[in-house]
Amino acid sequence: MAASESTDLFVLRRRPPQEKLVDQGFRQLAVLLASLVGLVLLGILLVVLFGSREAMARFGLGFLVISDWDPVGDTYGAFTAIYGTIVTSILALFIAVPLGVGTAIFITENLIPLRLRQLLGIMVELLAAIPSVVLGLWAIFVMEPFIRPGLELLHQTLGWMPFFSTVPQGPGMAPAILILVVMVLPIITAIARDSLQQVPPELRQAAYGVGTTRWGAILQVILPAAVSGITGGVMLALGRAMGETMAVTMIIGNSNNFSLSLLAPGNTISSMLANQFGEADGFQVSALMYAAFVLMVLTLIVNVLAQWIVRRLSLKYS
Amino acid sequence: MAPSTTPAPAASVFARSLDFRASLSRNRWNSFFSVLAGLFAVIAVIPLVLVLGYVLFMGGSLISARLLTELPPAPGLDGGGIGNAILGTIVVTLIASLIAIPVGVGGGIYLAEYSRSGWFAQFVRFGTNVLAGVPSIICGVFIYGLIVSTRVFFGQSYSAMAGGIALAVLMLPTVIKTTDEALKLVPQELRWGAIGIGASRFVTITRITLPAAFTPIATGVVLGIARAAGETAPLIFTALFSPFWPEGVFNPIATMSVLIFNFAIMPYEAQNALAWAASFVLVVMILGANLFARWVGRFTRA
Repeated sequence: MAASESTDLFVLRRRPPQEKLVDQGFRQLAVLLASLVGLVLLGILLVVLFGSREAMARFGLGFLVISDWDPVGDTYGAFTAIYGTIVTSILALFIAVPLGVGTAIFITENLIPLRLRQLLGIMVELLAAIPSVVLGLWAIFVMEPFIRPGLELLHQTLGWMPFFSTVPQGPGMAPAILILVVMVLPIITAIARDSLQQVPPELRQAAYGVGTTRWGAILQVILPAAVSGITGGVMLALGRAMGETMAVTMIIGNSNNFSLSLLAPGNTISSMLANQFGEADGFQVSALMYAAFVLMVLTLIVNVLAQWIVRRLSLKYS
Repeated sequence: MAPSTTPAPAASVFARSLDFRASLSRNRWNSFFSVLAGLFAVIAVIPLVLVLGYVLFMGGSLISARLLTELPPAPGLDGGGIGNAILGTIVVTLIASLIAIPVGVGGGIYLAEYSRSGWFAQFVRFGTNVLAGVPSIICGVFIYGLIVSTRVFFGQSYSAMAGGIALAVLMLPTVIKTTDEALKLVPQELRWGAIGIGASRFVTITRITLPAAFTPIATGVVLGIARAAGETAPLIFTALFSPFWPEGVFNPIATMSVLIFNFAIMPYEAQNALAWAASFVLVVMILGANLFARWVGRFTRA
């Protein structure tokens, strides 16, 4: 008797079919929306490959090593742009990595009051929010005229080296490198700061306990412990630098003539696309698509490598 | 025992003062590195101060009601404004948000609520990271090849719609990641509680977990929109540019970012001034959105 009374209290409710339908439908919808990411990636790859098939068939891999870009004669080689892409982004990282990691250390150490450090951190993050095109505008009208005397001095003293062999005349690779430094600095700083903050405080305490100084602990214990995250961040920044378009396009001079000199105008794949795609037709579009494919492969390799490094070397303290 | 046989070194060790001595080389190096790191931090914020200073000064001094409401002048002429570009940026960003937010939030819900560690979820997460790393100009090339050159929208080539879709591709990874991470922070007990009193999965997600994660999702989405509003590369050959007021979403449209690009490289001072003015409006909008999102984000952490 007692048992039947208790089942009356808990009346089993069957889920109505429409509720099940809504539930199932919602799940299917979420799966569909999630799979759109894969579809978009596949779409990008297919569109770029399909668009570049003519240029690929005609130039093959020679496209990568020929520096002759001639829309009139309809022959194309992307070496100048590929060289510009790799050189500008790597040199920018050479400057930005010490600056960014140094800033990250300064923000995570207790050298100055916490409030000031938070302010510094927010300022670096806001730098990342400034649109690339605005940085380009600033680079054209403010930065480039300001640094030109310095570049001229560089040419006069080191002009015998092929890298400084041309007279700086406004836009060029060197200003483009500097503006790239400004653009990747926030990424490196943010990721280096996160990795440094994840290092367990016990490591620092132990280092102090055996009698090292602050920088002894940073250089020999904390930085090595955070190296995976920092390396991953540097790789992400490299990918960003290679794909960065607007600021570089506005300041690099967009010359398709190959020059070793950093003071001469040059080109990157992305700035070539930004400049020529709108007005290109016929075979040039195909050649530009091929260049876009090369850029995509480059950034893809760098980004996948970055994710792999982070996962492979990630901290194993927790 | 051994200690008694070696008293001399022990005594010399303890005779040394334990006070801090700045002249020790390791302490000198210590101060040197501290100053160096401080210097790097100062160098890192100099560009922000300079860029903001110039944009606020050069652009801010030009702002007037006329500038915000009029059309840009023909090349070489003075006067005019950037009214159509401001409207265009709003239109294109709105299109992008209307596409990217539902798709991104849906994808994030799948990742966080339905399949946290399945192979498909891993694949989607990997794809999201890869898509986030695709250069923005490639998004432009993709939409050019998919929409502009094929003229799928009523035979129109360049259009606000194409530009909006290109920006949506760019925003999508941000929205998915934000939603995924925000939903993961919702305590599991809330879900158990909802399911326990008989709510379906759908009701649990839409009435319990999504509202609980609303603030972090909104913060991330606002940051994503702000970033998209400043993007230029995907718009140059999708939305193109137009010196006129927007003529519907299937025609080329002016945006502030493309206006800055076009007018900065023109050899006319009036156009350069308009580029600075547009930078001012764009930077104020974007930094405003950033600071707002940061301010809202403070409440969730508390």
